[in-house]
Amino acid sequence: MNAGTSSAYAFEGAAVALGGQTVWSQADLSVPIGDFAALIGPNGAGKTTMLRVLLGQIPLSAGSCTVFGDPPRRGNPAIGYVPQHYDEMDTDSIRAIDVVQLALGGERWGPRRSSSEDDDRAYAALERVGAAHVARRRLSQVSGGEQQRVAIAQALVSEPDLLFLDEPLANLDITSSHDIVELLRSLATDRQLSMLVVVHDLDPLVAILDGAVHILDGRPHYDPLETVLDSDLLTRLYRAPVEVIRTADGDVFTKGR
Amino acid sequence: MFAALIQENWYDILTSDFMRRAYIGGTLLAITGGLIGYFVVIRRLAFASHALGHLGMPGATGAVLVGLPLTLGLAVFSIAGGLAIGVLGKRAADREVATGSILAFSIGLGLAFANLVSGQSSLLTNVLFGNLLAITAQQIWVFAGFSVVLLAALAVIARPLLFASVAPEVAAARGIPVGGLGVLFVVMMALAVTMAVPFVGTLLLFALLVTPAAAALAITPRPGLASILSVVIALVSVWGGLFLSALFDLAASFFIVTIAVVIWLVATIVHRRGTTAAL
Repeated sequence: MNAGTSSAYAFEGAAVALGGQTVWSQADLSVPIGDFAALIGPNGAGKTTMLRVLLGQIPLSAGSCTVFGDPPRRGNPAIGYVPQHYDEMDTDSIRAIDVVQLALGGERWGPRRSSSEDDDRAYAALERVGAAHVARRRLSQVSGGEQQRVAIAQALVSEPDLLFLDEPLANLDITSSHDIVELLRSLATDRQLSMLVVVHDLDPLVAILDGAVHILDGRPHYDPLETVLDSDLLTRLYRAPVEVIRTADGDVFTKGR
Repeated sequence: MFAALIQENWYDILTSDFMRRAYIGGTLLAITGGLIGYFVVIRRLAFASHALGHLGMPGATGAVLVGLPLTLGLAVFSIAGGLAIGVLGKRAADREVATGSILAFSIGLGLAFANLVSGQSSLLTNVLFGNLLAITAQQIWVFAGFSVVLLAALAVIARPLLFASVAPEVAAARGIPVGGLGVLFVVMMALAVTMAVPFVGTLLLFALLVTPAAAALAITPRPGLASILSVVIALVSVWGGLFLSALFDLAASFFIVTIAVVIWLVATIVHRRGTTAAL
């Protein structure tokens, strides 16, 4: 980490293109360390692309970008990543704890025995996300919500300073979704950990978010949550009428008009 | 009844030179195939490995047609097929179609080559079903070389390959060249197939490259333990099969495949029961 920096990640005049097509451009934003931000925008706006730029997997076509003050690079150990898909993997052939352990030096070449210390760290990470009870089970034998916890434990085990989650609430039932939100709430209390979460629906996270990166008309912005919770902004963002409703108790939710 | 079927000279057969070569070759194959097989199963490449085996048909008949060593023909065709599957079938959904098409094409090509090769009636049988007892000393050396290369490569890439197989997107974010590793592994699988064809043939190699690993993974999901168990099951199948083929006058391939499949069947049924009980 660049010692002088106060931003977790930042863009300056940044643009990105895939296959010659500009995905988004003119990104000028800086998100402070410890911030819990949502990443929102319509389908195809380039939300996952933004994560992949910050992960150093896709180069910018213009401008610049930093993660903790340094240019993005592949394999940055400061970032933990929870992708959206599990469907590629054979969940019957691996245990939860193995999946977590792979994030501890699994990228290193050459023969290496996993130490009992790695085992302890992986177990501790599973404990932190409330999934220690499934540690020795095959992934195929744990529920969708528990699989999501295992994925979060895998991202947390190397103690990153920045956590990316891509649609962590997708395909979960209400109870599991609520449990994951509670887990994110507890992670958000760690002010050294910055989080960026791709979501379709802000409502479940409204109480715990600090702000949101939103990609509006092909241009990413960052605003504090209060600014984002605006009927006009959300309506333009989703290209469908959305109303922000504030109850007397101070609860906020959004509603399609 | 079985006693009457036992060959009188079984001890002589068992201690003969060709049987010794079969044991050495079979052991090399079981160790290499068992370890490669672990990744074949977790990467869901079982069908692809089956197709690569069938590329042995045009590979072997083609080699005989132009007068090249059998192993070279097998290796060239399997690797080319492996690269084609690796490149065309990057996504699991595309892979089925790419694999099946290459499989059909290779059988057609093998048939054409076999028609062109005259006076080699045993060639096709040997390619399809293998002949452990016809392994030459030279082949043993070649396969020892293959084994050393494959095991050394596995030792280097095993962990990143496991990471890339289990969580491809996270592995890519960690800087692992996921796509490159995938292609490299398919080539390694093609080399293992090349080793296996002369032993058990294109039709039966599945039972040595996939079945032991699948049985091991039904018994334990622990990566290290499952790989070792996969090798053990492959070794038991090969050694047991060779022993039984000396005892009874039947093809060793048959016994090897039967032992492997029986172990797999028992392991899978027990695993399924356990899973159902746990849920």
